[in-house]
Amino acid sequence: MQIIEKANPLTDKMFQVMDELGNVVAPEFVPDWNDEKLREIYATMVFLRMADQKLIALQRQGRCGSYASIEGQEAGQVGSGLALDKKDWVFPAFRELAICYVHGAPLEKIYLYWMGNEWGSNVEVNIVPVSIPVGSHPMLAVGTAWSMKLQKKNSLTVSYFGDGATSTGDFYEAINFAGVLRVPTIFYCQNNQWAISTPRKKQTAARTLAQKAIAAGIPGIQIDGNDIFAVYAVTKEAAERAKNGQGATLIESMTYRLGDHTTSDDAKKYRDPAEVTEARKRDPILRFKLYLQKKNLWSEEFENKIIEDSKVRISVAVEKAESTPAPTQNEMFDFVFEKPTPELLEQKAFLQNLTQK
Amino acid sequence: MPILTIAEAVNLAMKQEMERDPRVMVLGEDVGRDGGVFRVSDGLMDKFGEDRVVDTPLAEAGIVGSAIGLAMGGMRPIAEIQFDGFVYPAMDYLINHAARMRTRSRGKFTCPMVVRFPYGGGVRALEHHSESMEALYVHIPGLKVVCPATPYDAKGLLVAAIRDPDPVIFMEPKRLYRSLKEEVPEEDYIVPLGKARVMIEGSDVTVVGWGAMIPVVLKAQATLAKENISMEVIDLRTLSPLDSETILESVKKTGRCVVIQEGPRTCGLAAEISAQIMEKTMKNLKAPVVRVSGFDVIPPLLKTEDFNIPDEKRLIYGIRKALA
Repeated sequence: MQIIEKANPLTDKMFQVMDELGNVVAPEFVPDWNDEKLREIYATMVFLRMADQKLIALQRQGRCGSYASIEGQEAGQVGSGLALDKKDWVFPAFRELAICYVHGAPLEKIYLYWMGNEWGSNVEVNIVPVSIPVGSHPMLAVGTAWSMKLQKKNSLTVSYFGDGATSTGDFYEAINFAGVLRVPTIFYCQNNQWAISTPRKKQTAARTLAQKAIAAGIPGIQIDGNDIFAVYAVTKEAAERAKNGQGATLIESMTYRLGDHTTSDDAKKYRDPAEVTEARKRDPILRFKLYLQKKNLWSEEFENKIIEDSKVRISVAVEKAESTPAPTQNEMFDFVFEKPTPELLEQKAFLQNLTQK
Repeated sequence: MPILTIAEAVNLAMKQEMERDPRVMVLGEDVGRDGGVFRVSDGLMDKFGEDRVVDTPLAEAGIVGSAIGLAMGGMRPIAEIQFDGFVYPAMDYLINHAARMRTRSRGKFTCPMVVRFPYGGGVRALEHHSESMEALYVHIPGLKVVCPATPYDAKGLLVAAIRDPDPVIFMEPKRLYRSLKEEVPEEDYIVPLGKARVMIEGSDVTVVGWGAMIPVVLKAQATLAKENISMEVIDLRTLSPLDSETILESVKKTGRCVVIQEGPRTCGLAAEISAQIMEKTMKNLKAPVVRVSGFDVIPPLLKTEDFNIPDEKRLIYGIRKALA
């Protein structure tokens, strides 16, 4: 394989396996997925876009809080997620519904979190609660990867973050530590071109974000993040490198935020709608569909079935999340420390007495 | 029983905990080969190797951030920040990650880690090397804050902090690192977190202090004892969780209280203690609680730093005010 070592992060010739029209341009890197698997992955991407859009609708109806949509970023998250083992650790930022689902968070748990219930962040697999302070969590992923190296556990960590995060000092500290300590981690940057209203060109004068890896002494590679084959091939290789003791990789996954920053944002205020229209031509789901069509693996009937099935699964998840009892008033005191302090017990009792009256 | 300084007691605690538990490790700037700028981790790298005693890149946010990740991944990191004034780049990690990981994940992920650093003035150091900002850390829900004043407590409290399931800020009074010695058992013991110590019993006035202010309190106690003023001296040892019970019990007895802190006055820990006394034992108070503290100023350079740091004279002035 050796895609990563050959990559030159200084140029913006992003690594691509499938072009915008669904044509394979680098056949040697097409994953060995059979027809059934290809259709299943496509169905997952459609399902996750619908699951994402459902949260926006729920927010509009007052049934969940502010939410950051993943629309347009499905290939990066699903493709990279498929390259991980279940025991690997995922450190998401806040625009990561798809990777969390693919790695094993049940949809109802993801919904629960956005509905304002902390139990949504408590899932079986190692998915750390979403990190909202931008750029800070890649360092945690470095630390946990370091713990794996020290404990000789054969797993890795992946942090997901956006283009804005690469401007923070914490990001530099993270890639630098990862280089020095040679830890098994992947920095997965979803360069979706916008940090709320700030375009990519205002984040850095550097030609690519991937080239920031050079200063840290780790490999960096820019890839077409809307090409699920490229995403999978490169993440798989980065994961193998990590597990073989070859250290960290920075992946700059080129994509586009099709939606608003969050449900509290209106991108029309700062972004030319023509740019979005143009970006929709590179929609990762559309591209995958064109590929499947060429292989005669897609039909209207197939699409309709995915949509119908997804609607059912999504409404089950909504139902489960909405029927989950809210945390009790006591819980905010119970999880501050393993054992509550006298102050916390006093404050908890105060609130209990007050609310019983 | 060995006679140790605070610096040596901290070293012994780390050494014994690393022997006892392979998950315990030390990381920070110059903590390895150099043994730390105060030599507190001297000899640990030779004994435990470069994987467990790690000279990190010069980046405080990175040190604390990676320690959080290490702790979540099953290690028991002790992160050293070289000086009190250099913790601030790591505040984001302390507040936004370490302190709240348990709550946010409902116990799935935790941060059993210790962040140690020397604090306080009086050693004629450079700027940013003389800060006593414990109130910042005490104000953060989810962190414990410990501040020993004696070698015995330094060892016992640090062992307790390392074994604690939650993140602990461990502030070491740098002025006292080598200025006092006492017997410190080699044997395993802990000084439990959250328990203050009544160092000297008395009946006229309660004086509460911690860390580098304790020797100041003891001096004042000896001076005033000659005037038959009976001072009860409380060393807090743990600043968060606060042992209010011990303070309140004492104030109920004496009816008067002085709190001494090295840090700036406004919103300091002394203010919190004063408020709790008023809320919970006002009827026992014979006089308002008096705060003796550093001023709300930038710590002056070495020529004038002594004007800022509370000393015996200022404390005695405060005690007389409480007794008036």
